[in-house]
Amino acid sequence: MKQSIFTITENTALTANVFRMTLAGDTSAITAAGQFINIRLDGLFLRRPISVYDVSATDVTIIYKAVGTGTERMSRMAAGETLDVLTGLGNGYDLEKAGDAPLLLGGGVGVPPLYLAAKRLRAAGRKVSVVLGFNTASEVFCEDAFRALGCDVTVATADGSYGVMGFVTDALPAAYSYFYVCGPEPMLKAVYRKTVTDGQFSFEERMGCGFGACMGCSCRTVTGYKRICKDGPVLEKGEILWED
Amino acid sequence: MGRLSVTLCGIELDNPVIPASGTFGYGREFAELYDINCLGTFSFKGTTLDARFGNPTPRIAECTAGMINAVGLQNPGVKHVIETELPEMKRYFHKPVMANVSGFSVEQYAETCRLLDAQEQVGWLEVNISCPNVHGGGMSFGTDPKAAAEVTRAVKKVTAKPVIMKLSPNVTDITAIAKACEDAGADGISLINTLLGMRIDLKTRKPVIANTMGGFSGPAIFPVALRMVWQVCRAVKIPVIGMGGVSTAEDVLEMMCAGAAAVEIGAANLRDPFVCRDIILRLPEVMDRYHIGTLKELTGGDING
Repeated sequence: MKQSIFTITENTALTANVFRMTLAGDTSAITAAGQFINIRLDGLFLRRPISVYDVSATDVTIIYKAVGTGTERMSRMAAGETLDVLTGLGNGYDLEKAGDAPLLLGGGVGVPPLYLAAKRLRAAGRKVSVVLGFNTASEVFCEDAFRALGCDVTVATADGSYGVMGFVTDALPAAYSYFYVCGPEPMLKAVYRKTVTDGQFSFEERMGCGFGACMGCSCRTVTGYKRICKDGPVLEKGEILWED
Repeated sequence: MGRLSVTLCGIELDNPVIPASGTFGYGREFAELYDINCLGTFSFKGTTLDARFGNPTPRIAECTAGMINAVGLQNPGVKHVIETELPEMKRYFHKPVMANVSGFSVEQYAETCRLLDAQEQVGWLEVNISCPNVHGGGMSFGTDPKAAAEVTRAVKKVTAKPVIMKLSPNVTDITAIAKACEDAGADGISLINTLLGMRIDLKTRKPVIANTMGGFSGPAIFPVALRMVWQVCRAVKIPVIGMGGVSTAEDVLEMMCAGAAAVEIGAANLRDPFVCRDIILRLPEVMDRYHIGTLKELTGGDING
């Protein structure tokens, strides 16, 4: 984990309420796909945890949905403004387990963290299938970005207005070696039931600190209590205990 | 002894800054960021006799100038703390640490304290009779002077270490509880724990916190905390640790002007993991501005210490 000041270099709308922001600064603490950063905003007490979409030696890019006071404020920020950011948070996906033909499943704002995973898996020569789920055609984003990496991309929309009608679980490919998923919990549960290989799930929870100090985001797992922010957000399929 | 040094129940601290229990874990996450030996000490995660998962999530809600938590005393239990956390802590923290203890019966408080009393690293026992997030325990001991005194007496019997009773602000007269603890033999008082609070999500019309209510902390509660610290300092002769919304070096000095011998910092650690280190670094400059020579003179440390 590192705390440092980043400068916004880009903040662009991808849909009516989803934005892509690129921040220039010290990215050295960001190591794995599926990690997140925690952004301090003036006048708001808690930081905003946002997953990493892409990272380079000089920049980190996030894609976020404006859903509340903090993210709406972020959506109005302009290039040149600065942000106090904690980087390198969370465990991220373990890409070593991917096998030859991994499957990536993303739902809504669960899509962004899969991009860096896809990029690294493609760089390692894997055949990557991607299924992206959205509510409706106007909410679709990032499809072209995954295609540009050479992934086999399928888009599903719940109302059938674009791509396959239904959920990501209605568009699973016939075969895959392993899977990585991020999305809302009902989707994670459906993926858990319908997938036929092992895989890794990225969870979301309201966080206090984001770095393991406050126990605000704990969950029960097969291997004991875990903090979503520090021991997660990624859990392996075999350790998940669903709480209903 | 430096300008910043203070005495807390007979133990000298390099400075009065103490991260509060529940916001600092066992210090490990912060020790990755800076050398936490710069702290006066820290109060580690509230420990109970048995391991506890705590409350369901969501446990956290944001508020204006603060937050609500309903963690519910998640901890691995005192045996694990003694066998695993304290030996690990030795690698990165070399000062006496404050052990924060909670319980659901007088006997549990006493047994947990007895086990921690045998640990050389533990300098003080901070006995939490004020957790708002567990039913039938914690706060119920801190809202009745007789029960508070009973816990104090039971704990004092099993330890030679200084016993600091941590009080709840969710009472009509906090000085009555503080005096009951003092009369029962407490060596110090710390206050305030969180104020009971609640938020509702207008999208769902349901409470944000799964447990409905939780403990409200952060800068918003500082004036309430300062007032209560001042009241308790006038009511008792034992040292008082002031806490509640402290976020800056100026807040630390205000708490000490109100009579606090030392100051705990809670929610601010979650927003800014460096806040305690930065407050310590900034204290001399702010003391100069207000013509404060030493912190002991500010508190009247020899009166309270």
